[in-house]
Amino acid sequence: MSETQQTATEQTPAERAKLNRELAQMLKGGVIMDVTTPEQARIAEEAGAAAVMALERIPADIRAAGGVSRMSDPKMIRGIQEAVSIPVMAKCRIGHFVEAQVLQAIDIDYIDESEVLSPADDVYHIDKTKFAVPFVCGARNLGEALRRIAEGASMIRTKGEPGTGDVVQAVSHMRLINSEIRAVASLREDELFERAKQLEVPVDLVRYVHDNGKLPVVNFAAGGVATPADAALMMQLGAEGVFVGSGIFKSGNPAKRARAIVGAVTNFRDAKVIAELSEDLGEAMVGINKDEIELLMAERGK
Amino acid sequence: MTTAVLALQGAFIEHERRLADLGERTIELRCAEDLAQPFDRLVLPGGESTVQGKLLGELGMLAPLRERIEAGMPVLGTCAGLILLARRIEGDGGWLQTLPVTVRRNAYGRQLGSFHATGTFGAWDDVPFTFIRAPFIVEADNAVDVLARVRGDIAGVRFGNQIGVAFHPELDPDDRIHQLFLSL
Repeated sequence: MSETQQTATEQTPAERAKLNRELAQMLKGGVIMDVTTPEQARIAEEAGAAAVMALERIPADIRAAGGVSRMSDPKMIRGIQEAVSIPVMAKCRIGHFVEAQVLQAIDIDYIDESEVLSPADDVYHIDKTKFAVPFVCGARNLGEALRRIAEGASMIRTKGEPGTGDVVQAVSHMRLINSEIRAVASLREDELFERAKQLEVPVDLVRYVHDNGKLPVVNFAAGGVATPADAALMMQLGAEGVFVGSGIFKSGNPAKRARAIVGAVTNFRDAKVIAELSEDLGEAMVGINKDEIELLMAERGK
Repeated sequence: MTTAVLALQGAFIEHERRLADLGERTIELRCAEDLAQPFDRLVLPGGESTVQGKLLGELGMLAPLRERIEAGMPVLGTCAGLILLARRIEGDGGWLQTLPVTVRRNAYGRQLGSFHATGTFGAWDDVPFTFIRAPFIVEADNAVDVLARVRGDIAGVRFGNQIGVAFHPELDPDDRIHQLFLSL
């Protein structure tokens, strides 16, 4: 055999965008867990997390604390990067492109431009096409998902209602996105222009959805997943993987619950397996429902 | 012929589509009971090797799969799949440990180190290589056939009926590596 001559040169933006979407493909069928310390990150990795989301406070505590919530201390994120070998994600505020620049500078694997933090811009999202690192963004419907993809997001997740332990919003967002995808797939070609206008998105993205019956990027469930059955429910509804925020480290036995949710995502159609995994998990996070909370995070960033 | 694709986590659907395009029947392996179905070959896809490895262990799938690979069942491991096959993992234990090589995980760094290149694979030129938080092989035993090097590091090997690559042939439109695998 001969030595490969062409080594990796500087990647073009198109190649970078492809690589970033492909990293999300590698996370499919996995669980991404919120962690606030290196210790929690190790517990998550040991339990089989496909990636961790490093943040100072989990959404339930952000709710409780109130005030403005921002990007985490880079030193704290570095501590988590050093603790685990799986991908490390971190959140920046919607529209706060300097927080995103900082996260890129510390070599983060994925940035979540997240409605869980206080929005920094009430009009504009970050132009994510200007970044080499990938972004994941939340969406409640097809229009939001495709607008984020047009801005450069490499991965989509439902918004759900973070920090509640109530899965109802994630369910309704996933159902809505998927039913809107089915509706687009059923349109005539000459109807796509009008649909693009209604969705306020480029017609090329609508055409992709029409031709492929799916988003051009991976779509995960997030926001309110607290039990193995919740995670399997989201997978059966068409999620390609699951984010679990407050649900793990706000529960009685985080390591066991984390392992159970990972197992339930792998065998999401096998009720016997899910039954076994659901035994003796201790207390789930207490949970609040959306009618009891004053702040609907999902309303942020349309 | 039937190829089983390990479907615990990661990009297994991409392999299933490629194999279907080549006329191969595929089944998914998600738990030990799935091993009872008849299959002739095995694909270990990309994803997170720690997740897949732990699930293989917890679900009681490691020993039966190792036995079949050691008995000569053809296997293709890509990225995380290569790590699952490797006899040695730097700074860690191993999973199936049927392929006598030592791998370094995240050898090119984090996502900003991911890259696309083209190069030589065995006798073939212009093979696309997509590396995503990829490992490389730091050391291969003498009996292992080195098929590809990228930036000087080993990115693809064959040992008997085992093919291990650090990149993702399932993500690029070149099906020669899958064809080679199906010819074993």
